[in-house]
Amino acid sequence: MAIKPDAAPLLEVRDLTVNFDVARGKVRAVAGVSFDLAPGETLGLVGESGCGKTVTALSILRLLQTPPAEVTGVIRFQGEDLTTCPEARMRQIRGDRIAMVFQEPMTALNPVLTIGEQVAEALRLHRGMSHPEAWREAAAALTRVGFPDASHRLGQYPHQLSGGLRQRALMAMALACDPDLLIADEPTTALDVTIQAQILALLARLKAELGLAVLFITHNLGIVAQTADRVAVMYAGLMVEVASTEELFRHPNHPYTVGLLNSVPRLDFSHPPGEILSAIAGHLPAEPPSGCLFRDRCPLAHGRCREEPPWVEVGPGHQVRCWNYV
Amino acid sequence: MSELLEAQDLSCYFRLAGAWGKGPVLKAVDGVSFALNPGETLGLVGESGCGKSTLGRLALALLPPTRGRIIFAGEDLARVSHKHLKELRRQIQIIFQDPYSSLNPRMTAGQILEEPFVIHNLGRRPERRAWVEELLTEVGLTADVADRYPHEFIGGQRQRLGIARALALKPRLIVADEPVSALDVSIQAQILNLLAELQQRHGLTYLFISHDLGVISQISNRVAVMYVGRLMEMASREVLAAGRLHPYTEALLAAVPRPTPERTYNPPILKGEPPSPVNVPPGCPFHPRCPEAQFPLCRESVPALRETAPDHRVACHFR
Ligand SMILES: Nc1ncnc2c1ncn2[C@@H]1O[C@H](COP(=O)(O)OP(=O)(O)OP(=O)(O)O)[C@@H](O)[C@H]1O
Ligand SMILES: Nc1ncnc2c1ncn2[C@@H]1O[C@H](COP(=O)(O)OP(=O)(O)OP(=O)(O)O)[C@@H](O)[C@H]1O
Ligand code: SF4
Ligand code: SF4
Ligand SMILES: [Mg+2]
Ligand SMILES: [Mg+2]
Repeated sequence: MAIKPDAAPLLEVRDLTVNFDVARGKVRAVAGVSFDLAPGETLGLVGESGCGKTVTALSILRLLQTPPAEVTGVIRFQGEDLTTCPEARMRQIRGDRIAMVFQEPMTALNPVLTIGEQVAEALRLHRGMSHPEAWREAAAALTRVGFPDASHRLGQYPHQLSGGLRQRALMAMALACDPDLLIADEPTTALDVTIQAQILALLARLKAELGLAVLFITHNLGIVAQTADRVAVMYAGLMVEVASTEELFRHPNHPYTVGLLNSVPRLDFSHPPGEILSAIAGHLPAEPPSGCLFRDRCPLAHGRCREEPPWVEVGPGHQVRCWNYV
Repeated sequence: MSELLEAQDLSCYFRLAGAWGKGPVLKAVDGVSFALNPGETLGLVGESGCGKSTLGRLALALLPPTRGRIIFAGEDLARVSHKHLKELRRQIQIIFQDPYSSLNPRMTAGQILEEPFVIHNLGRRPERRAWVEELLTEVGLTADVADRYPHEFIGGQRQRLGIARALALKPRLIVADEPVSALDVSIQAQILNLLAELQQRHGLTYLFISHDLGVISQISNRVAVMYVGRLMEMASREVLAAGRLHPYTEALLAAVPRPTPERTYNPPILKGEPPSPVNVPPGCPFHPRCPEAQFPLCRESVPALRETAPDHRVACHFR
C-alpha cells in the first residue's frame, strides 16, 4: 500500500516516558519517545534487550499496571487521546482497532481452551457473532492466516501446536476484529528461519489486503530492512534515530546505529572466516551516564556530550539525537 | 593433514516412553559422518530439533552413540580405558548458550575457574591463582571479578566466564553450542571476535553450533547443514559463496532477511514445517517441503551424501 507522507497520522506518540517504582527507587524504562505512524505504514522499532521496546508497546495499549508503572506523555490514536480516555473505551479500542501479537504465543493463548474455542471467542467478542456462527467462522479465520487443516485442528490445545502454528492462531485472533493497527512484538523471534519467512509473508499479505499499519518491534535488523517503511532506533529508553528504511540502512547517522549495523555478521561466505567485526565497546551500563546516554560507549564522544543532545533533523524525515549533527 | 575428530556413521536414537511400555524411536542423529581438521571451525547449522546439540554431545562423549564411532586424535572414544577417556575429555571442552545453567551459582568466578585445576590435581594454590588471573585477562575480564558470583555478571561477561572455564585445561577442541544466540548483537560481535582471537592464539578447533546463518558465515571454514538428524550438505566457504547448493541450504540462505538497503527479500516459501524425528519421511527427508522434489524418486530413495566437488558433499539426487 502506498504511503502518503502527508496523511494524518494514525498514531501519534509524544514524549512518552515510563518510570517503574522498584524497591531500590525508580527505573526509567522509556525516556521521552515520540513518533508518528501513518495509516497502512510499517514502522520498525529496533534496539537491544531492555531498551524499552515492549514497555513502549504496552503503554500505547495502556496495558502496564500503574503503579508500579508511571506513564506520562501523549498517545493519540485516530485523533483520540488514549492516555485520558475511560477504561471502557480503551477496552473497545484494544479489541477493535489496535491488535497485538507477542513473541511467545504460548503466554498469550489460554492453555486449557482449544484453538477453535479461542478463535471463536475472539470472533464473538469483536464481530458480535453468535456461538454457532463464530464456531463455523473459526476454521475460515484460521485458514486465512495459513493454518493448515484448520477444520480438523479446531479441537487441539495450544501445547499440541508448533510455535509457528501458535503464532498463526494468535494472528487469527488478533485480526478477528479487522484492526487498523497491529502491534507485533518480536512475533518471529522464537521461530526457525523458514517458519519466520512464512510468517513474514503472511504479514505482508495481510498488510496489503487489510491496509494494516504495523508497529513491528524486533532486534532483528534484517527483518526491519526488508519489511519496514520507516525505522526507529532506541537506546536505553530513548529514541536516537528515525529515518525511512532505505535512508537508515544507506546513511545511518547516530554512532549507535552505525555500531549496531556494523555488529551484525553479514551472511556472506566470500570473506575469510573469523574476520574481526567492528563491535561496539562495553555494554549498556546499569546507570546510564548524564548527558548523552551513549557517551561512555561512543567512539566519537567529546566534551559537549556531557550535555543532553537535541533531536536534530538531518534530512526529510530523518532525525538524530546527537551533538555531531547540530 | 590428519583429522582431530572424526565421526563415522554416527547415530543416536532415543526410545520414547509410550502409554503401554516402550514407545516409538526418535532418531535424533542418523548416520552422520564428518571430520574436523586441526585449527578449523566447522559450523553446524540447522533448524530447531534437527540434532545439533545431540551431535555435539556425542562428540564430547557425553552421550553413547547408538551406532557409529567417534575418533578423537586417532583414538576411538568407545574403546579407550576409562582413565584415558578422562584424559582425552580434558582436550574437548564445551561452551553453552546459557553459561549460567552450567556455572555453580554458589561459587565465585575465581573458584569456578580454579576448580578444573583442583579436580585434575594441577599446580598449587598460588600457581592456580595466577592461572585464574591469566584466564580472566585472556577473555577480556579484569582480575577483580574473581570474587564475584555468576549472577553478578551480565550476559556478555557471563559468556566470557564460560569461555574462560572451557579454556582452563588447554583443550584442543571446543564444542560451542549456540554460544552467542542469547546475546544482543553488539555483545554477540564482541564474543565472536574473542572466539576468533582465541582460535588464532591457541590453534583451537571449533565445532560451532548455531541456527543463525549469519553467525555461522562469520566464523566457519566449512559448514555442515543438518535436517531431521541427517547431514544434507558439507561445504567449504568457497563452495558456499559460489557453488550450486542443496535445495534445503538454498532455502535456508534465502529465508534470512538481510540488513541491507536493497530490498531483495522474496524467498520461496517452504511448505509446512520440519518433520518430527519420530516420523522421518521416507526417501529424502526434505521431499515433503522441497521445491525441486521429483516423484517418485525423491520419496522412494534416500539420497546418499556424495562428494560432488572438492570440499563439497551433498545429499540430493539432483546435485
Ligand atoms: N514491570 C517492570 N518493573 C520494573 N522494571 C521494568 C518492568 N518492565 C520493564 N522494566 C524495565 O524496563 C526496561 C525496558 O524493558 P522492555 O521490556 O521494554 O525492553 P525491550 O526493549 O522490550 O527488551 P527485549 O528486547 O529484551 O524484549 C528494562 O530495563 C526493564 O528491566
Ligand atoms: N534425552 C533425550 N530423550 C529424548 N529425545 C531427545 C533427547 N535429547 C534430544 N532429544 C530429541 O532429539 C532431537 C534433536 O534434539 P537436539 O537438542 O539435538 O536438537 P537441536 O538441533 O540442538 O535443536 P535446538 O536448535 O532447538 O537446540 C529433538 O527432537 C529432541 O527432542
Ligand atoms: S552526542 Fe556525543 S556521545 Fe552521544 S552519540 Fe553523539 S557524539 Fe556520541
Ligand atoms: S533429493 Fe529430491 S527432495 Fe531431496 S533435496 Fe534433492 S530434489 Fe529435493
Ligand atoms: Mg521486549
Ligand atoms: Mg541445541
